Amino acid sequence: MEQLFEGLLNDHLGFVVWAAVAFIILLILLAKFAWKPIMAAISERERSIEDALLKAEAAKEEMARLTNENEQLLKEARAERDLILREARQLKDQIINEAKSAANVEGARMIENARLEINSLKAVAMSDVKNQVATLSVEIAEKILRKQFADQQAQDQLVADLLKEVKIK
Amino acid sequence: MTGSIAALGAGLAVIGAGIGIGQVGGKAMEGIARQPEASSKIQTAMIIAAALIEGVALFGVVVALLGK
Amino acid sequence: MDFRHILNSKKIILRVILGVLFTLTVCNTFAIQHENEPVEAKNAEQEAFNPTTAILEHIADSHYWHVGGELSFPLPIILFTDKGTEFFSGANFHHGHEAYQGKYYTYKLIEDKIRVVNAAGEVDKEASSHVYDFSITKNVLAMWLAGTILFIIFFTVAASYKKRKGKAPKGLQSFIEPVIMFVRDEIARPNIGYRYERYMPVLLTIFFFIWINNLLGLIPVFPGGANVTGNILLTFVMAFIVLLVVNFSANKYYWKHIFMPPVPVWLYPIMIPVELIGVISRPFALMIRLYANISAGHIIVLSLISLIFIFKTLWIAPVSIIFVLFMDVLELLVAFLQAFIFTMLTALFIGTAVEEHHH
Repeated sequence: MEQLFEGLLNDHLGFVVWAAVAFIILLILLAKFAWKPIMAAISERERSIEDALLKAEAAKEEMARLTNENEQLLKEARAERDLILREARQLKDQIINEAKSAANVEGARMIENARLEINSLKAVAMSDVKNQVATLSVEIAEKILRKQFADQQAQDQLVADLLKEVKIK
Repeated sequence: MTGSIAALGAGLAVIGAGIGIGQVGGKAMEGIARQPEASSKIQTAMIIAAALIEGVALFGVVVALLGK
Repeated sequence: MDFRHILNSKKIILRVILGVLFTLTVCNTFAIQHENEPVEAKNAEQEAFNPTTAILEHIADSHYWHVGGELSFPLPIILFTDKGTEFFSGANFHHGHEAYQGKYYTYKLIEDKIRVVNAAGEVDKEASSHVYDFSITKNVLAMWLAGTILFIIFFTVAASYKKRKGKAPKGLQSFIEPVIMFVRDEIARPNIGYRYERYMPVLLTIFFFIWINNLLGLIPVFPGGANVTGNILLTFVMAFIVLLVVNFSANKYYWKHIFMPPVPVWLYPIMIPVELIGVISRPFALMIRLYANISAGHIIVLSLISLIFIFKTLWIAPVSIIFVLFMDVLELLVAFLQAFIFTMLTALFIGTAVEEHHH
């Protein structure tokens, strides 16, 4: 045991000092020229990656929001279109119905008018025809009478006949 | 035959460490089998425990060899 | 721990597998070659192969760096003596065969340790105790090499971060980044809490320093071959730094827990020493753990190779190689695991020191 430690410092102090010096110099050099920039670069990159991820996430959310909005808008637009169409259709039907009923009423009125006109015209025509027939009849009767009464005898005869008839009655 | 007693001492120290590390490893395996998702934590703890056991055993070995 | 995210690309998996295979091939070929050399030298001297000394020699620090075969670099010797500083080449020792007459004393390399010898060639213990060995040994050099490699790697990576600001990582960057993230997300953040950023430099440096030294230690030829993290002095230095970091960042709750633990007052004479021992023993365990694990790995590999020379037959070689291959794969894992555990426990200790209390 004693032998083992004999001259320990003489033989090995040098190595210990060299090792310590070498290690500390290495530590300082690496810390300054390697670890500092490397760690900084790694954490910088990690941060930028994290940032990028966050941004991507945000963009995704924004995108989703926009899509949602678009969909909403589209839905609304579609609903509005449907509404408008429906209204238009209703309006059309209404207009058609109104037109129909108006036409019906108007037609009926016109028919009525026409009938009235026709009737009045008919009445006029009838009276006209009657007048003409009457005139014609009178003219015919006049002509006949004139012819018959061209000679006196016939006239007398007629008077006699008429009187006879009256007598009989 | 000089040094043989020291070698025996070293051997005894190693037996203890062998049993200890075997226990640690076996239990760690069981733990991992039971909870595979915790395997990395278990492994870290296992290595530390094994290193501590080994440290004690190496004390034994070194003391045995120094004391020859 | 789920490491899959590190290897999440097929290309990287392929590269890693190829890299591992290549490393192992190189390792094994040269391990044997490398191993052959000192053993033969020993055989020539002693005619008997002693695996214990051969192995211990290989995992120990040295004033030479064997490259392979007979080639080895002599390393500079720096000595602080009571009379002044000595500086000369390790080649002067001729592998310990000869003494060297320095400015103040005569030195000889005995078991790779520098001792003062007197005129008769005997060790002068009294004079030796005044000599402090500050030589650039193999481990010191290997450590500097590892440091340089680390610096080059991370300087390049940092430059590519600047160049490709905010873009996805590429090449080396994409291999390093997951490891850094792993240290941050699996080690620092869960154990330290929100104050982790202050401790990231020290944790990352510890992690990569241990890792690269473990890996370089697995390579038996020149750039590696040194057993740096398997050197208890280095692990002592690192554990001491951890001790300092933990205790200097400790808040009042931590000290209160040590000096005023929530126990009856009459227990204080027992509890306070126990807590104080705990302060020391945790980094001490770190030191021993790393040292022992890495050394054990090296010893096992070297023992398996030594089988060839113990049995003195080439037929055992395939068996050795297969086992060494297996061990090297295991050691690749251990290299990472030990770096991870050291860093993890450091983070844990820092975490307990900076924790806001909740009693």
